Amino acid sequence: MIPITSLQQTAEALMAKAAIEIPDDYLGGLRACANTEKGDLSAFVIAAMLENYAAAKEDRRAMCGDTGLPRWYVKVGNEAQIEGGPIALEAALRRATANATRQVPLRPNRVHPLWRTDHNNNCGIGAPEIEYSFHPEADWIDLTTVHKGGLFGTDYRMLFPGDGIEGIKRFYLDTLIAFGRRGLACQPAIVGVGLGGSKDISMTLGKQAACLRIVGSRNPDAKIAALEEELKDLGNSIGMGAMGFMGSSMVVDCHIEVGYCHTGGMPMSVHMFCLSSRRASARVFSGGRAELRTDPEWFTDYMRRDTVDWEPARAEAAE
Amino acid sequence: MAATSSLKSVELRLPATTEQLARLDIGTVVYLTGRVYTAREGVYKRAVEDGVGLPAAPEQLGFANFHCSPAATLNRDGSATVGAVTATASFRFAKWLDGWFKLSRCNVILGKGGMTGEIYRRHFVPNGAVYLTTVGYGTGALLGRGIKRVAGTYWVEELGLAQAIWVLEVENFGPFLVDGDLAGNSLFERENAKIAPNIEKLYAGTKPAILRRYGESDDKTDEVI
Repeated sequence: MIPITSLQQTAEALMAKAAIEIPDDYLGGLRACANTEKGDLSAFVIAAMLENYAAAKEDRRAMCGDTGLPRWYVKVGNEAQIEGGPIALEAALRRATANATRQVPLRPNRVHPLWRTDHNNNCGIGAPEIEYSFHPEADWIDLTTVHKGGLFGTDYRMLFPGDGIEGIKRFYLDTLIAFGRRGLACQPAIVGVGLGGSKDISMTLGKQAACLRIVGSRNPDAKIAALEEELKDLGNSIGMGAMGFMGSSMVVDCHIEVGYCHTGGMPMSVHMFCLSSRRASARVFSGGRAELRTDPEWFTDYMRRDTVDWEPARAEAAE
Repeated sequence: MAATSSLKSVELRLPATTEQLARLDIGTVVYLTGRVYTAREGVYKRAVEDGVGLPAAPEQLGFANFHCSPAATLNRDGSATVGAVTATASFRFAKWLDGWFKLSRCNVILGKGGMTGEIYRRHFVPNGAVYLTTVGYGTGALLGRGIKRVAGTYWVEELGLAQAIWVLEVENFGPFLVDGDLAGNSLFERENAKIAPNIEKLYAGTKPAILRRYGESDDKTDEVI
């Protein structure tokens, strides 16, 4: 049994960690950008950001004033038992979000879309979002919080098989350039691309690809992995750096996730996880012990299975 | 202070005189000391569009308007805890600017991403105002360090914490970059122009998507703002 108090305490710790500490994998990626950036304005911006991360950690204050839209990703082990069940878990995540908003503090970003009602706690109808996935033969729960900005750097388009890889590259460039100007996307970013799925899942896959994979990770499909490298280099060849100034620092990494789609279509989404790529994860075990980490480990062989039944041996052979 | 750089850096005391602002070329790094206050769409709509006016005299608010909502909380004893602050994108606020300048008499606007050169020439130049953009974005922790005191809040009840006016006493508050100078030049537009020729090359030979969209432009020098 996983005690509900452990889940709430862990969730509160994750909220603060995500808001304050830039993940090591993103930091490493940005330092690599800093080493190659030749544009003086873009280089100045990156240097200021590196200084900002240090200040945030030192002062224990949020790294960015726009603390994004806090949300949750929950991976539930098949044998996990939650004290109070899933309803108690959702209440714990909402309480943790509200408490952290006051304690860190975070900006109370969440409002009603029409009436602009603000509860000053980042909670409301459908907020924070909670998405679920499952894992075979496990009795733990993984909690991940992501604090992603909510306004710029994302687009969706229905492409068709006839658009081909060239069409994918073109829409990718369109999105990066449109939102890269003036740095609306707060690049250099981790760019997530969702390909396929139904329209909503295309958006979901791209967002998860940006937010739930670490810099340097590659899709297990070798050809998709090669496309990830190609798109990363393409983004950095635009001539645009941080804040849209002349430079080469646009894409810290590019991650692609795919889902099976309608035979006539090739829906695509692009998402940019910004200079404040905020995420934090923990595994909470039966009994309540928690281990914090920065890799969400969201995309697993189980998540990417393409067979009717779960056949772990086949997934291993494919690696 | 931000890392060493070849860029020119200036410390500006607020309220700023026109003579001081005239020395700010686009691309200059600026640190501020004095009084700034947050006001964005909620305040603009209420003050300008709904005709409510300002909740306090301009002298009390200061003359530097920050497009920002702080990550902050108001304590039960009335004091405030301010964590990080960063700007929100300014281009969305153009429609209120004319009335806003008249009402507030601001001569420094702080925000994210600047506004267009056309807006600078139409609204900023006649009002003797410059536009400074935050850097990053966002250097929220560094800017948070520069806030020494919350001098007051207005319209918290009416607009919520995020849209309320926060009057902030700041010291060595930055970094900012000058995007719009007193002549109406824009740093972002200068940079866009430098990047444009390469973008043309990147797209050479590619085809537009099979299914078009209403309002779509194929001119890659266009901005979306």
